[in-house]
Amino acid sequence: MARSTSKDAQALFHSLRSAYVATPSSLKIIDLYVGFAVFTAIIQVVYMAVVGSFPFNSFLSGVLSCVGTAVLAVCLRIQVNKENKEFKDLPPERAFADFVLCNLVLHLVIMNFLG
Amino acid sequence: MTRSHAVFLVLILAISICEAASIFQPISDSYRSAALDLFKPVDGSFASLEETYEALRTFEILGINKKPDVSTATCGTVAKALGSLSSTPKDLFDALRVNSILKCKINAEVFEGIISRLQAAVSGASSLLDFYYSIGSLGLIKDQTSKADLYLSDAEGIFRSIKALSQSDGRWRYSSNNPESSTFAAGIALEALARVVSLASSEVDQSMIGTVKNDILKLFDSIEKYDDGAFYFDEKVVNVPEHSGPLSTSSSVVRGLTAFTTVATGSLNLPGDKILGLAKFFLGIGIPGDAKDFFNQIDSLACLESNRVSIPLILSLPSTVVSLTKKENLMVKVNTVLGSKAPSLTVKLVRAYSTSSKDTSIIENKELSFDPERVVYFLDALPDSVDVGSYIFVFKVVLHDSEHKDVYVTGTLTHVQIFMTGLIKTGNAEIAVLDNDLGSIETQRKLDLAGENAVSLSANHLQKLRLSFQLTTPRGSAFKPHQAFLKLRHETKVEHVFLVRNSGKKFEITLDFLGLVEKLFYLSGKYDIQLTVGDAVMENSLLSDIGYVDLDLPEAPEKAPRPPPQAVDPYSRYGPKAEISHIFRAPEKRPPQELSLTFSGLILLPFIGFLIGLIRLGVNLKNFPTSSVPATFAILFHVGIAAVLLLYVLFWLKLDLFTTLKTLSFLGVFLMFVGHRILSHLASASSKLKSA
Repeated sequence: MARSTSKDAQALFHSLRSAYVATPSSLKIIDLYVGFAVFTAIIQVVYMAVVGSFPFNSFLSGVLSCVGTAVLAVCLRIQVNKENKEFKDLPPERAFADFVLCNLVLHLVIMNFLG
Repeated sequence: MTRSHAVFLVLILAISICEAASIFQPISDSYRSAALDLFKPVDGSFASLEETYEALRTFEILGINKKPDVSTATCGTVAKALGSLSSTPKDLFDALRVNSILKCKINAEVFEGIISRLQAAVSGASSLLDFYYSIGSLGLIKDQTSKADLYLSDAEGIFRSIKALSQSDGRWRYSSNNPESSTFAAGIALEALARVVSLASSEVDQSMIGTVKNDILKLFDSIEKYDDGAFYFDEKVVNVPEHSGPLSTSSSVVRGLTAFTTVATGSLNLPGDKILGLAKFFLGIGIPGDAKDFFNQIDSLACLESNRVSIPLILSLPSTVVSLTKKENLMVKVNTVLGSKAPSLTVKLVRAYSTSSKDTSIIENKELSFDPERVVYFLDALPDSVDVGSYIFVFKVVLHDSEHKDVYVTGTLTHVQIFMTGLIKTGNAEIAVLDNDLGSIETQRKLDLAGENAVSLSANHLQKLRLSFQLTTPRGSAFKPHQAFLKLRHETKVEHVFLVRNSGKKFEITLDFLGLVEKLFYLSGKYDIQLTVGDAVMENSLLSDIGYVDLDLPEAPEKAPRPPPQAVDPYSRYGPKAEISHIFRAPEKRPPQELSLTFSGLILLPFIGFLIGLIRLGVNLKNFPTSSVPATFAILFHVGIAAVLLLYVLFWLKLDLFTTLKTLSFLGVFLMFVGHRILSHLASASSKLKSA
């Protein structure tokens, strides 16, 4: 049973990886970016757990900056993905422009909150 | 302690007596020391020639011998002022005034030059001050040199042009185009007119002098009066430059009046009481703190002392407090204003009455004896009817020589408040504790109020305390002091003051403790007894600690009033307050720096991972536009984003929100423009690729 489970998991990973290889490289870049942002946020949370939340606004702005930009990147990925028929008519350049604008507004607020 | 209190009381009373009496003292030695204090030369000379004259003239009048020597430095200044062609008539006038006292050596040719200039100035003068300074200078030159032939060329004409500036009320205008008339200017004009008369080659028309005398009389109609009999002149107009006070105005008039009456023949019918009133005004000022005021005061008094209308004589008393016990005599002095000897005269005591009963005179028409050695008039024996108390003495000065009556003015009657003091005898003083119901005496002690007492009594709330004493004056009659208090002071410093009332000679107070328990706050224990008897005319006012009484009072009921909190020590009230310590919020705990730096480094790890991932994915910039225009836009787009991020960093570090938003609006427009261009280019390129 246990063997079959590990085998199944291996098979699952395998199929996942082979499926992922087919993903266009632009989407892979976005995935990488989301991963980068989420890891940065995790490191800040760990730091907060270690030393306490004293400049709480700074902590919040740091984490929200990462989480916010990750969410925006996910939105960008949804819009850019050609599989999504919903955004078929939307050119990826327009989606990127939205991504840049939203990031700039987000970081204006973040900087204001940073203290 | 008791004694020092009594002395202090007497001192305060003595001071208040001195202030109450308004008699005028002639100039004394205190003025001489004040003059030396006020007029102090700096580096051997005074600040200006005017100041120098004021100082030297004051020293001269007061007869100060130990005056500071300023002659060498000042003579140089005088010679310079007289020799300079640019000197104004005022400079010359001041220099000549100083020279009239110092008598510096000035060349005769210098005077010749000045005389011709001054003569021209006189004939060309239009304002009062021009006349005053140039004519005054000429007069001073005539006095200082032996030039008997120095005359004004057109004395009557000049006299008329000065007189033309006078007003119908006796005041003068400074110039013909200045409509405001001034009392100060009247004094100056009179002085100038006096100089004109003395510089005239022939006698000035008597009718013109008569009109000026008339002006003087009219000027004296506008004189103002204080309640104490002092008269003074004051300016009616407000915006007169510099000279405005009553002192300088009165002083100017007195100077002018004296100068004019000296040269004018015939008598001037001025009321003597106004002259005396002016003298009282100058004396009543006391010692002024200002050098100019001091000079005005002394110079005016000197003018009054030597004026030809009437010389005031001042009646003064060395002391207005006379001790009956010490058999002191009441002394009166009569002097001129500067304190010199008066002619032979008699001082009469017209009447004397007690301040409480004004109608009954105690002394009437008594002549004072003269002591030629001390130059005082004294009342040798006071009648027995004069007891301690305050009295008004009315004096009259009668001159012996009938010729003197025209020269001197003494005033009609002088009212002076005199305090007769004496030792008050205390007798029959005793303190007793009485039983309440029967009034029978339980304990009784004799007291000697003048000496030490240490009585110890004890009483309860059903008993009474009685204190009685008698006060008799040196003449044997009953004495009623201003203050007679009995004070009880508990150990806890709670005090109670009772007024001691009198019936005839006897003073008595009975404290019924039954009625007083509430007032005493039911406080049992030792009470110190203190008796205060004081009066202005009582030489032996007393504040005496008699002893103590041990009171046994009932327990305080529930609702009894509590004794008031004791007053804080008045000295500690003004002492330093306790220091205020401020409490600040403790700073939050910060993590160690190494830990923070480590995490800052850790933040870089995902970024490095991101870069490695990018390389692994084989990212390239092949899609970057190659043609020049889109490439420029692409670069500008990235630069724009970088600029906005840099602006955010600056906003975090130092900028405020408004500056940031302003800059951001420009950058945003720019970024939108370039972004739109490059992205639409990329979009068209990719669609072309698709369609192809």
